[in-house]
Amino acid sequence: MKASPCRAAAVALLALIALTTKSTAQTDTRRPPFTAADVHFMQGMITHHAQALVMAALVPTHTSRDDLLLFAKRIEVSQQDEIAAMRRWLESHHQPVEDMDAMHHDSAGTMEMLMPGMLTAHQLAQLSAAQGPAFDELFLQFMIRHHEGALTMVSRLFATTGAGQDAEMFRFASEIESDQRAEIMRMRAMLAARP
Amino acid sequence: MTSVPTIRRLLFPVALVAMATTNTVGAQGDTSSAKADPRIGLRGGWNDAAEAARNLQLIAHRPKPEGWFRADSMGDINYWNSDMAFKGNYVFLGGYYGVQIWDISNAASPTLRAKLLCPGGQGDVSVYRNLLFLSAQETRARIDCGTQGAPDTVSAERFRGVRIFDIGDMDHPKQVAAVQTCRGSHTHTLVTDPKDPANVYIYVSGTSVVRPDAELAGCSGRPPEEDPNTALFRIDVIRVPLARPQDARIIANPRLFTDSAGAIAGLAKGDTLDKEHHHSETSRCHDITIYPALSLAAGACAGNGILLDIRDPVNPKRIAEVSDPNFSFWHSATFSNDGRKVLFTDEWGGGGLPKCRATDNPKWGADAIFTLTGKTLNPAGYYKLPVVQTDTENCVAHNGSIIPVPGRDIMVQAWYQGGVSVFDFTDASHPVEIAFFDRGPADSTSLFVVGYWSTYWYNGHIYGTEMGRGLDVFDLKPSEYLSQNEIDAAKLVHADLFNPQNQPKAVWPASFVVARAYLDQLMRDKGIPSARSTVVARDLGRAEKMKGAARRTALKQLAAQLDRDARRASDKTRVQALADEVRQLGGVKAASN
Repeated sequence: MKASPCRAAAVALLALIALTTKSTAQTDTRRPPFTAADVHFMQGMITHHAQALVMAALVPTHTSRDDLLLFAKRIEVSQQDEIAAMRRWLESHHQPVEDMDAMHHDSAGTMEMLMPGMLTAHQLAQLSAAQGPAFDELFLQFMIRHHEGALTMVSRLFATTGAGQDAEMFRFASEIESDQRAEIMRMRAMLAARP
Repeated sequence: MTSVPTIRRLLFPVALVAMATTNTVGAQGDTSSAKADPRIGLRGGWNDAAEAARNLQLIAHRPKPEGWFRADSMGDINYWNSDMAFKGNYVFLGGYYGVQIWDISNAASPTLRAKLLCPGGQGDVSVYRNLLFLSAQETRARIDCGTQGAPDTVSAERFRGVRIFDIGDMDHPKQVAAVQTCRGSHTHTLVTDPKDPANVYIYVSGTSVVRPDAELAGCSGRPPEEDPNTALFRIDVIRVPLARPQDARIIANPRLFTDSAGAIAGLAKGDTLDKEHHHSETSRCHDITIYPALSLAAGACAGNGILLDIRDPVNPKRIAEVSDPNFSFWHSATFSNDGRKVLFTDEWGGGGLPKCRATDNPKWGADAIFTLTGKTLNPAGYYKLPVVQTDTENCVAHNGSIIPVPGRDIMVQAWYQGGVSVFDFTDASHPVEIAFFDRGPADSTSLFVVGYWSTYWYNGHIYGTEMGRGLDVFDLKPSEYLSQNEIDAAKLVHADLFNPQNQPKAVWPASFVVARAYLDQLMRDKGIPSARSTVVARDLGRAEKMKGAARRTALKQLAAQLDRDARRASDKTRVQALADEVRQLGGVKAASN
């Protein structure tokens, strides 16, 4: 698990841009301002969700379970829509949106250091190599950990002074929290019910 | 939409949806395909979007008041309109920025009476006598209703819970109490108990993050196995003494999800009808609708629909629960007027996402209708907006209310940017749309989250809160699906107070209009032979023109004939309802009609 200095620097720069543009982007005094932590959360969650899509895309060709297939479809639709919503938030707040296409070609190992719960390149390869019941179990374990990482991101957000004050931020983070919690419960049930 | 990589598969091809999508490119007013749904292909725009309507007429539109929106960003969440409550000639329109009080003495011309600036989301409202209740859930919300936010992670200025305002002087509402809760108040339900006229109760449904114990003592967001006093897996009950509302406080935290073994996370574990199909963790309710006429409540509680006995309102008891593999998030509930059906909504995606596309399963993000026999909820059917929407329109099942047409179950429902849909679910397995109104997307190139939050019937009109665009008022128009008599009968039901989550039971006064509504229904469903219905209509008309004893005699005779008709009619129940109505009319002095 190596950190990429290049990537870390890019994130630091994004955070800096967010901080410096905050006062100009937000001139409405009738509501609290958004912060660098909010921007970082949205950008990070896009990356986080993108990996869930990569994982879910493996399911149709790797699983032996119908319920997992249905679950993966739901993850796919939900997370695509949420990614679109996060991009809209960043764009409407004049903040950089990370390039999704670049993210797919990136090494997963570098992302792992950034966002909690994400899989390393090695783990992704391990998942991709598994088939049938072995894949099902690994997928559920990895996806539970992945989702728990999203919960960590939400609690870190609300533990940051000034973060989550923007109403849309609050709504989005609250929804991610409840959705991912729900899916964790569902995945635990599926793990317990494995044939 | 932005260039998110998408895999657009037609997951569940459905004839209706497929037919609709082929018309997507058809411009509005295209007469070449007469069957095209006019909601397809509507031009977008904030204030000039094209509109399509059938059997529903927009009679008034009022944009948000000055200062209560951003001209450069009409969909800004900070100013969203949300839910409504009604009292007398006023609609209390809640929202993320505060409450607008509109005078609807003339429904076709609402006037703004007062504004109560108090941000905090979602701004769910209820009203009772001189008290207004307002939900706040966001971390930015302040006790003093300030707009600047409460940035500290632990703040003495923050308010998350239910505020109580005295609106005796409507122009100067005064906050008399602010009851803090651990998870804030996403929604709340006003609970009245006829046996306890000195108090009202508020069921608080909190859905967002639990705040730290350092901010509000006793708040814990830890799982129940780590902390049996967790703020998860419960609702809060506030008692409001009407003589001293300032003494309002939480008096109970019912654990509605406890299983027979006493585990408070009893439903989340999956021991209901189908343990394979829990999509949302049942650790909180999103909304609870009470039906005082039956002392019942229906809770839409994230991963389950539940039924509560509320004879003791402080200690609601769960008597049934249900799950559904197609449901993502149990959001709200509505009873049929006879209490024999419960309709639950699934707010898949949380309301901010487009879930009515051709690619979206018509059973996802829909209404699920259950019949209620004893304590058992039986799945019967689904209703989803029967037309596809674009990917720049957030659309999913949302709030609505019963339209009190005697003899039928009819509901008006908000579908965000999917518009307003009026439908009949008398046959729970085959709900049918009977009227609609829709605008094109706020912006046809990008999704801005707006649309109808709530649409409710109140004293003869339908009121709709458009989150970004303002308040709309509609009139229902007669059609092959609904007669003028049926509409007029619905208008006979008058309320002085209407909090939609405190559902009233409609009771119709004895009236020729109600009798004719039943007769229209019998003609439509061929419940009695058409020759017979013609004679009944004639006799009813003759009786109405008579006076005094002659009228009473004529009506009693007609009622007796209808009793006999009922025995051999194909729609016995309805003929009997008509007979009973005519008999009731016969017992009423003509002068009072």
